[in-house]
Formats: sequence, structure tokens, C-alpha cells
Amino acid sequence: MSTLDAIFVETIDRLCEDQAGRELREGAEQGRWPAGLWAAFRDVGLTRCLLPEDEGGAGLDLEAAMRALRRCAMHAVPLPLAESMIASRLLQAAGIDVPDAVLAVGAADTQGQVPRVAWGEQAGFLVVVESGPKGEALALYEGAPRVVSRARNLAGEPRPTLATDAMRCVARQALTDASELLMRYGALARSVQMAGALERALQLSLQYANERVQFGRPIGKFQAVQHLLAQQASHAAAASAACDAALDASAGHPDPFLVAVAKARVSEAAGQGADIAHQVHGAMGFTREHSLHNVTRRLYAWRDEYGNEVWWQRWIGRRVSAQGADALWPMLTAL
Amino acid sequence: MHEFRFDPVSLPESAGALREEVRAFVARQVAEGRFEPRVNSWGSRDPEFSRACGRQGYIGMCWPRQYGGHERSALERYVVIEELLAGGAPVGAHWVADRQSGNQILRHGSERARRLILPRIVAGECYFSIGMSEPDSGSDLAAVRTRATKVEGGWSISGSKVWTSGAHTSHYLIALARTAPLEEDRHAGMTQFIVDMASPGITTRPIYNLYGGHDFNEVIFDDCVVEDDMVLGGVGAGWRMVTGELAFERSGPDRFMSTFQLLLESLRQIGPRPDDHAAAEIGRLIAHLATLRRMSTSIAGQLDRGGNPAVEAALVKDIGTGLEREIPEVFRRLLGVEPSLGDSPAYPENLGMTILRSPSFTIRGGTREILRGMIARGLGLR
Repeated sequence: MSTLDAIFVETIDRLCEDQAGRELREGAEQGRWPAGLWAAFRDVGLTRCLLPEDEGGAGLDLEAAMRALRRCAMHAVPLPLAESMIASRLLQAAGIDVPDAVLAVGAADTQGQVPRVAWGEQAGFLVVVESGPKGEALALYEGAPRVVSRARNLAGEPRPTLATDAMRCVARQALTDASELLMRYGALARSVQMAGALERALQLSLQYANERVQFGRPIGKFQAVQHLLAQQASHAAAASAACDAALDASAGHPDPFLVAVAKARVSEAAGQGADIAHQVHGAMGFTREHSLHNVTRRLYAWRDEYGNEVWWQRWIGRRVSAQGADALWPMLTAL
Repeated sequence: MHEFRFDPVSLPESAGALREEVRAFVARQVAEGRFEPRVNSWGSRDPEFSRACGRQGYIGMCWPRQYGGHERSALERYVVIEELLAGGAPVGAHWVADRQSGNQILRHGSERARRLILPRIVAGECYFSIGMSEPDSGSDLAAVRTRATKVEGGWSISGSKVWTSGAHTSHYLIALARTAPLEEDRHAGMTQFIVDMASPGITTRPIYNLYGGHDFNEVIFDDCVVEDDMVLGGVGAGWRMVTGELAFERSGPDRFMSTFQLLLESLRQIGPRPDDHAAAEIGRLIAHLATLRRMSTSIAGQLDRGGNPAVEAALVKDIGTGLEREIPEVFRRLLGVEPSLGDSPAYPENLGMTILRSPSFTIRGGTREILRGMIARGLGLR
């Protein structure tokens, strides 16, 4: 971890411990926008962290921004920070100025609706990938969207389906690979978030296994529980390694294959790691009171966003098969 | 709690050229009909191929020149061994000597042992077996009963070892024996010896395995005398040395690539346009493989820097051997091929032999259960 990373980690820890308590999280799930927390993150540059400092950003590179995002996920921060990063990247790719506001991002379907937009009603701007007869474009809308439905993901994070017809389009630029970029940055962000949530779930499991006494000793002393925790640690370690691989090679532009590997691998680990965490916690972890659900429900939700593991496995499997068996090893070693 | 570290590592600049060189060497050997790429290639013993590896400089790569070594980095060695394994090359004869025995001799052996043995390992002419397990001491290594008693100028060893892979072709065996009676500290009083397999007092008997192959053996010592300077490390230091080599033994590509050749063969069977289900299954295996390779190279980097990431190695071996076992299962289900032995087309036989070898992957070198216990200890649970 670089010094800069360490400073952001410390800042995030402090902000979350001071301001992101249980009440705020429950409120966010009821639709109350945590304006104070957003302002605090904005003040330290984390809501625009990929933008240069003279544009009100933190000037982080992609890797550092993702490490900050990972830390936020460990705290289950109920803010669209990932979405701001994804939206910024797309706008930058299209050459559109990034507004200093809450940003939401999605892809329009054939009816012109934008399904499951993270925090779509709370955002001041909506970034939309549109495809038409002339190819793909990126559009930036301002104003209040028309709400088609108010779904939430399994973690209670807002995922409404929106229509842009009542909004004002402030910019539109052709962007040939817009939908691919959306999936790539989205998958990378969710992978990194899941790696953070898996780490937190492991910490909570270890803490519980060391504290909870049954049959006269902490349950972590039982071999059956130890083996569960060993497997949970493996899932967490593999998830982190897969994300690190995608980030190291990125140099600002993540390698599509490594992002696919990360999302496929981490989404698989997410469900398995969350399952073990619950098994170790028993009934206590199944309560709303215990904090475990903050990370496990996110793991159960995020694994399916921006392509679940099977979607990305197919993506990998098709490419590898098309190139043929003899190309596989040279390709893996060139990553 | 131990923080598991899989720090990123960059392969040295020389890696690219070295990789191409090994690839060309393997391709040439295949083209000349010297071997056919195979599953579990590090269990396949081919002294002629080992000598060819020796001539290429692919054995003892990290050892000092004065003992015949090539003074390359652990990461350069990593590149070489992963290329040999990816090519399905029969590296089994020299594998144990190169991976761990030679390292132990270099670090803990007498000067005579180093001069006598290391250059021959490097030449691909000297092979080792590991003499740890016994009839009553498998995963519980501290229960070894083989005794070594002090005699004039050396030690006399009596007892028996089992599951000793390659003992029938190896030149030496490193035996773990008790040199002091069992005390409260079960890990004390054990010592490792370099035993010349040509010495009197050794009987080697085959133990035929699941598929009828002769890989492992029972080795019986009856007053087999080993000279003082063939003691490895100090008398009583056996346990520390055995546990000290685990990171070398457990973290390499041999712990997740044993069935890589079957993966390649299966891709050829399925062809360039898999259906959705097959594509997902293939993609899943590749995602696991790419991630494991990342974790394994990270450990090589830590070893290169003098670390001892034994817990991380246990974690890689646990996941890696799991993947090795999944590969034949995935393609058995996908292809609907009936695995076969003997006079059959190549693929069903390859699949059949892989399935029959698979149970050993999660046993050899530390069972999955022992590994998970180590990981749990690393997590501070025991």
C-alpha cells in the first residue's frame, strides 16, 4: 500500500466510524439520502477521486481509487461511490465534462428505459449508454427522472428503473464501445467491493468464532468450524488476488480478460464466503441486529450486478475456445 | 491473526526470453518423439529427459555455481518449471531433488554432501525420494518410529517408511528418524538423514497403486548405516527442517497444473464454438487457474525475498489441488465420454487415467484436512 492509499484508508475508516452508523444505514435502505455522509466524502475528494485536483477531485489513479472503494465496501458505506467512478470513467472516455454532483449510470434498453440504476433517484445526473442505428453513444441527463419501478437489490440499495423522457440531455457523444466499457468498469468496481466485503465477513467470522462459547470452549476450537473458516479465508484470498491481478495490469485501462477473470472468480467466492460466514455465525448472524448482514447481503447482491459469474465465465470460455487450446498457455502467461 | 499476503510480483526481465527458450526446448523434444505431453507429468520419471533438462540448465537453477548451480532467481526457476509442466514434460525423475531435497542439502547439509550430491542433481543424474510417512505415521508426522542410533562414525537406522514415491529408482532418500525417545515435546528428537539407496540394510518393495501403477513403495531399514556428515542440519533439528520446506513443496505450479494437459485435450474435443454451458464451465476453470497462478507466483516472489510463506502455500495447495480434481470431473460430465483403460482412443483413456490419479492430488504432500488445519492456525484459531 502506498502512502497515499494509507491516507485514504485512514480517512475512510474515520468517516465511517464517525458518521456511518446503524441508523444511517437503515435510513438509507428506507430511501433517506445520507446527504451529510456524501458531503463528508465530497470534502475529502472521494466522490470525484478519479478527477484531477484542479477539478475538485483527488487525482487518484484507477488502482488507488479501487483500493479506496474496497475499503468503503468493508464498511458497507451506503453511497454511490462506485457509480461515480464508473460514470466518471465513461464520461472521460466520451470527452464529456464530469459534473460535480451525485452521478448515476446505466444502459438504456430497447424501450428507452434504464433498468436497475444504482441510486438513480438520488443522483443529480444520469449517464446513459444508448445504442441506436448509428452505433453506441453516451448521454448525460440532468433533472428528475420518471420512475418506472422502485426495486432495491438484496442489500436494500436502490435500483430503480428509470425513464429519461422528463430529463434534459446536456451532452451526447458517440462512444463505440460504451456498453463494453460500462460492463468492464462496473465488473471491476463490484469485484473490488466484493473483495472488501469478503475480508470484512472473514474478520467478523473469526471474531465470532473466538468469542462464542459452546460445549465449554470457543466454537473456533472445533475442527469442523476451523475448516469452514479456512475455506472462507481461501475464498477471501482468491478474491483479493483476482482483483489485484486486474488492477496491477491496468495502468489506467483495465485488461478486459483480467476483469472477466476477476468478476467470474470473485462472484463465485462471494456467495460461498457469505454462506460460510452465516454458517459460522449461526442464528446470531441471521438477525438484523448483528452487523454481518451489511456485508453478506451486499455479497449476495453484487455478485449478480454487471454480469454474474456465469456471464463472465461464458465470456472467458468463448474467447479461450475460439483461440484454441494451443493459444491458452501463451495467453495466460502474457497477462 | 496472520495476515495472508499475496503481494504482486513482477517477473524479471529475463523471464520472457527464458520462457521462449523452454517452450522451444519442449516443442523440440515433442517433435523428436522423446515424450508425449501427459497428465501428472511431474509423476512421470524419464531419466533421459531429466538429463536433457540438466544440459539445458533447468535443474538447480537457484543454487550457487560452486555446486554446479546456475544462480538464477526463484522467479526464473518458476518460469522454467511452469513451462515444463504446461508442456506436460516428464520431469518426475528429478522433481523432488530439484524442488526440495537439493535445497535442504544446500542449506543444511555438510560440505561433503553438497559437493558429492548437488552437481549430480544439477546434471539430471541424481534423484531423491522423501522418507517421511510410516505405517503408523502419515499426517501425524511426529509419530515416526524409525530409529537412528549412534554408532562409530555415523548412525544406524532401523524402521520402515511407506508411500515412498520413486524409491525404486531414486539414488537417495531423505529419511526422518527419531534420534531421541519420544518426550513431552513430540517435535523434539527427530533428525533427517541423507540415505544412499545403494547402502546395505535397505529393502524396497513396491506398493501398487489404485490404477495398478508402481509409483510408491515400502522401504525397510535394517541397521542401515549413514555417515555423520550425511546428517542434515543438527541432530534433533528434523522437525524444524521438515516444516521449513513446506512452502517450497506446496506452493508451486505442480499443485494446480497436474491435469492441465487434460484441460487442453478437452478444449480440443469441444472445439472453437462451445455451447453456453460448456463455455461457462471452461471459463470457470480458466478463471480459477489464472487466479491460482497469480497466488503461486506471489509465493515464489516471497521465497525469492527470503520469506517463508508456509500458510499461504497451504492455502494455494488446498485450492489448487481442488482445481486439479475438478478438471476431469467437469469434462466427464460435459463430454459424456465413457472413461476407458487400455485399448481405446486417446481421449477416453486420458480421462480415465486422470480420474484414477485424482484422489492422490488432495492427499500427497499434505492432505486437504491437514492444510485446512494449518490455515486455521494461521488465522489464530489453534
